[in-house]
Amino acid sequence: MTRHFLLAGLAFGLSALGAAAQDRPVLTVYTYDSFVSDWGPGPQIEAAFEETCNCDLRFEAAGDGAALLSRILLEGEGSEADIVLGLDTNLTAQAAQSGLFAPHGHDDVALDLPIEWNDPIFLPYDWGWFAFVFDRNRVAQPPVSFEDLARSDLKIVIQDPRSSTPGLGLLLWVKAAYGERAGEIWQALADNIVTVTPGWSEAYGLFLEGEADMVLSYTTSPAYHLIAEGDDSKAAAPFEEGHYMQVEVAARLARTDQPELADAFLDFMLSDAFQSVIPETNWMYPARRPESGLPEGFSTLIQPARSLLPSPDEAAAIRDEALAEWQAALSR
Amino acid sequence: MASRAQPIEPWIRAAASIAAALVAILTLGTLAAVARRAEGLGGLGSADWAALRFTIMQAGLSAALSVALAVPVARALARRRFPLRRLLITALGAPFILPVIVAVLGILAVFGRSGIVNDILASVGLQRISIYGLWGVVLANVFFNLPFAVRLFLQGWAEIPAERFRLAASLGFSPRDVARHLEWPMLRSRAPGAFATIFLICLTSFAIALTLGGGPRATTIELAIYQAFRFDFDLGRAATLAALQLALCALTALAAARFTLPSGHGAGLDRTVWRWDADRWLSRITDGLVIVAAVAFLLTPLGAVIARGLPALGDLPAPVWKAAGRSLAVALISTGLTVAMALPMALALAARRPPRGLETIGMLPLATSSLVIGTGLFLMLRPVVSPSDLALPVTVAVNAVMALPFCLRVLVPPARELAGGFGRLADSLDMRGWARLQHLTLPRLRAPLGFAAGLTAALSMGDLGVIALFADQDSATLPLQLYRLMGAYRMDQAAGAAVLLLALSFALFCLFDRGARGHA
Repeated sequence: MTRHFLLAGLAFGLSALGAAAQDRPVLTVYTYDSFVSDWGPGPQIEAAFEETCNCDLRFEAAGDGAALLSRILLEGEGSEADIVLGLDTNLTAQAAQSGLFAPHGHDDVALDLPIEWNDPIFLPYDWGWFAFVFDRNRVAQPPVSFEDLARSDLKIVIQDPRSSTPGLGLLLWVKAAYGERAGEIWQALADNIVTVTPGWSEAYGLFLEGEADMVLSYTTSPAYHLIAEGDDSKAAAPFEEGHYMQVEVAARLARTDQPELADAFLDFMLSDAFQSVIPETNWMYPARRPESGLPEGFSTLIQPARSLLPSPDEAAAIRDEALAEWQAALSR
Repeated sequence: MASRAQPIEPWIRAAASIAAALVAILTLGTLAAVARRAEGLGGLGSADWAALRFTIMQAGLSAALSVALAVPVARALARRRFPLRRLLITALGAPFILPVIVAVLGILAVFGRSGIVNDILASVGLQRISIYGLWGVVLANVFFNLPFAVRLFLQGWAEIPAERFRLAASLGFSPRDVARHLEWPMLRSRAPGAFATIFLICLTSFAIALTLGGGPRATTIELAIYQAFRFDFDLGRAATLAALQLALCALTALAAARFTLPSGHGAGLDRTVWRWDADRWLSRITDGLVIVAAVAFLLTPLGAVIARGLPALGDLPAPVWKAAGRSLAVALISTGLTVAMALPMALALAARRPPRGLETIGMLPLATSSLVIGTGLFLMLRPVVSPSDLALPVTVAVNAVMALPFCLRVLVPPARELAGGFGRLADSLDMRGWARLQHLTLPRLRAPLGFAAGLTAALSMGDLGVIALFADQDSATLPLQLYRLMGAYRMDQAAGAAVLLLALSFALFCLFDRGARGHA
């Protein structure tokens, strides 16, 4: 028990330090780590919201989307979060099932998504298409489908679906596009895969260092190189099967002690002040296009003709089978 | 062997018990917290057993190779005197303190598809080799851990009294005789512990095995724990897997203790060692070749990391520098805490009848999953305080405990030599408490303490640790900022941050290690 006293003492000291700033109501938003980083949307969004809300917006970060979900499930009813921001549709079925979230009440809002959106709980704030990104100087003829890729000698690096959300997206992409044949596609791809990394950063790093010809990322990735580095050599390969979407969403906790502030945040989330920050910090498409439009470089990006996105329940239902097929095909 | 009849001094016993309790809370306590939340342990599937087999195989191969290769390298370095030798020995330790992803990128710059080795092979018309697979994992693990094993053995060689070599020379010992009568007993006292420690480090490696393993064949237990936590939301299975990992650790610690024999060289007068036995041209050439090979293997990837990041070092953004300051503070406080825990534990372990289970407890942090520690701590702290308010104190505590096994591995053998060589004399003089610490223990253990402190500071500086599970905007450490830069596409700046991290870790390591090292 000594431990608890020690910690309580420490906590007391820390909260005394922070007491001065505590007269304004606090809105606690749980999100993933890259959102709050100095290079992510967090700092600008915090400043913009605090200008209008007369509140203290606090972000708490937990790894990535899947870590965020585990955290909220762990905390359950006792969570201090008012808003959770950063799950994607591959995770929302499990989140909805927990009963921890309340409807967002923004059913009439017009979104700029390539698909219909009618989820009563989760509200999108940005989205993107998964794609294989390559360097035009190294790959002259990019593949036009998974089957084309499997036939080629191109080397790719992908992420592990067990530890990475883009990895899970790729797993479900192949499953959504090929259904029963998914296992066969993975077997055909096995000799193209250089390696499988724990997360997006490692995979993208390996690709940039020349370890692979292509990397699983987003159709928007080339925009970073173009806008931030003035480098137009990176491109995403359009696939005939269509591209799996990642829609990133936020939701309000049912037991929030700041329901009005939480609603105000969801309103703010779809306003220009929030949405205009997204393209050049999260490098995704804003869920509702701001009046100023998209940054210039975004017009050069490929626009997939077909978007693939199973419902959250379908995604949850197929992922165990898809993982088993993936493991079996790549373990040979 | 000298008899050490005296009981352990009370302050040592008390301090060691407190340290052991802290370790137990962070390892067994966090696991219990996770298991309690899961309401019991979960069952394992066939994929988990396959993961266990792969984990043991890669860890066993990596530890065996690291230890086997460390023997000739340490022997060569121990026998030769040449300009810049001390600097070289310090530099050879650098891979051990690198963050995993940085080291992996360095290794790939040398051995990867478009690395130096493949470019050379291709230019002379040979086929390119692929590093990905079991051997890639082993290669990376050896790169990481060989330096640690070399330093342990080097320390062992330094502790063979100069008088023994003098006697050997006057008896006309050949190098083979020296190996048999002086070096082999020293190795028997160190190698089992070194093997066990490296085996356990590799056991929990996850990023190396995954990134270089080439796919799901290379699934380790740690990755299975990740899957249970975040893909299946099955805390029970995660707890079972973590318990399995700890059980393996306990078994390894017991086995290592069984195979360790005391070297029994006794004490000397700390004269400068002169190696008459090695003064022949053949051993000069072989030693030279071994040293050159080790330098090439360990320092080329490091050079690649530095060359890649140096251009970006000048324009690192302000948050990176702030994080560097935070990391330095974390590293220094962790170091103080670790040394305060490791010294009494090592002295207690060196006693004739060490407290039961202490050795195993000292090894447990090696086999603890960082995900389990993070989640367990989270569950334990949450009822009392918001965990993210304590992000940095928690990081300090976890880093301190995580570095403890390395410090014990460094400190216990010399503490045993100390007890064997000087314990009786000190006891007969009734030299105890502060006087003994000041006049005997600290002076005699100065070099290993400095090495242990340097190791802790560097590891704590470079370790991502649990901060990723708790951090908010204002508590990011340098390794976390490095990952965040990578996550924001800024690979050049991340490479610059890696060089900064390497430089700071290395500076801390040198500060403690070289500041304390005498003639080793």
